[in-house]
Amino acid sequence: MKSIIVSGFGGQGVLSLGLMLSYAAMKEGLNTSFLPSYGPEMRGGTANCSVVISDSEVASPVISRPDILIAFNRPSLARFLPDVADGGAVFIDACMRDGDNGAYKMIAVPADELCAGNRKGKNIVMLGAVLPYTGLPLWRAEEAVREVFKDKPEYIDANIACLYAGNEFAGRGYGS
Amino acid sequence: MKRLFKGNEAVAEAAIAAGCRCFFGYPITPQNEIPEYMSWRMSEVGGHFVQAESEVSAINMVYGAAGAGARAMTSSSSPGISLKQEGISYIAGAEVPCVIVNMMRAGPGLGGIQPAQSDYFQATKGGGHGDYRMLVYAPSSVQEAADLTYKAFFRADYYRNPVMILGDGMLGQMVEPAEIPPAADVSALPQKKWAACGNNGGVQRVINSIFMAPDTLEEHNAALTRKYEEMARSDVMSESYMTDDAEVVLVAYGIVARICKAAVDILRAEGVKAGLFRPITLFPFPYREIATLADGAAERFISVELSCGQMIEDVKLALYESGKRPQCGIYARTGGNVMRPEDVAEHVRSGRINKSWIK
Repeated sequence: MKSIIVSGFGGQGVLSLGLMLSYAAMKEGLNTSFLPSYGPEMRGGTANCSVVISDSEVASPVISRPDILIAFNRPSLARFLPDVADGGAVFIDACMRDGDNGAYKMIAVPADELCAGNRKGKNIVMLGAVLPYTGLPLWRAEEAVREVFKDKPEYIDANIACLYAGNEFAGRGYGS
Repeated sequence: MKRLFKGNEAVAEAAIAAGCRCFFGYPITPQNEIPEYMSWRMSEVGGHFVQAESEVSAINMVYGAAGAGARAMTSSSSPGISLKQEGISYIAGAEVPCVIVNMMRAGPGLGGIQPAQSDYFQATKGGGHGDYRMLVYAPSSVQEAADLTYKAFFRADYYRNPVMILGDGMLGQMVEPAEIPPAADVSALPQKKWAACGNNGGVQRVINSIFMAPDTLEEHNAALTRKYEEMARSDVMSESYMTDDAEVVLVAYGIVARICKAAVDILRAEGVKAGLFRPITLFPFPYREIATLADGAAERFISVELSCGQMIEDVKLALYESGKRPQCGIYARTGGNVMRPEDVAEHVRSGRINKSWIK
């Protein structure tokens, strides 16, 4: 079982990243749940979602100790870092890097650089980068991107380029 | 084939599959996806969608449409459900079948918009005035929300009684893979010989809840009560998880039962004999099933709720039927806060029982 929290500002694609993980998991024949924060939130406010991927039935969609935290801003990192499971992985946007925390594997993804100017695709760079930690194959994630953007086909190619850029960054050992 | 559905959308699509062709609603968070979905889906299937001017209006539109024999539904969230209570009482009194969805949010009053279970009393003990009950289903997953909504229309017709789907904001907003039951052939269903749907060869049919003569009304009340007694015999649904040898039994419904299931897994890994009992119907409540657990190994029952002590009253009533006297306590979060699995596990480890949940 993998439990994942994605968090950031509204408008950074936090919820759509989580939904793509759940979609890819479902298509892979796994059980999954996607729990978004909801409320009077808007662009610039905070947003987060919890995703569980499991080969058995998903017990709780509410997560105590995430295996993976993907944080798009500092307040999200500060809020969720203390909960990350021992040995868990933390993915952050490289532009907010401020040193590693010993207890966790902190992975800084240079999403600004890898998105190649498609700044709205930074969440999909992150999706590509986090994939090896979820056990989901790249082609399922590609299927998920195509599904999420099926009504906006003009954005599909640029976003799939972001997915591959993030995944290749992972393949290169996360730049380490 | 499974698709990703929001809980609210799964409820709406399952209602369509069950043959619901009349939806009347008024917007309120966190159930807005239901009317939103119905607003376009109803026109695709040749049904009727009305955004009413108020909740009071919406429930009375349900009364009218269902009284004419249509499968009709309304949905709302806590404050809106309060506004519908007069209509629900009339519908129950007039014995008109319909489905009402409540995706609960925190109260009282306008409260907040985050998840809660604080309408338990309202849903299970009456809500409106007069002696009546609704069949109350409490789904705990998106799949179950779809399945129970589908079933609700059939049980409503069978009993000529309103059925409530009691969810919460979290279930309404969360997304899971789900498969909608195949569409029912509504034309094959039994004719509603009581429905006020036209001239009917000159035979008058009256849909009404007024009975001025005490003896007539008493007879009516007795007939309603027999109906509720039949529900208690035939409709109880529940799930037990790791309860066979459990010394501590968590009792929880809806989304909280999912959280408790994970808490049971945490505790079992530590060697604590914990289990989960999940009522799926809240009315009728599974009293006998809880009493049976108490007759067995269970020594401690904890009602885990997003309310300040509502379901625990039914748990205690159930324990009264047991020959033993196990301990019974509560663990609760309210106001829109939701406990995490680890919080529930910690409460069990602490051994706290008779203290109030208030910090």
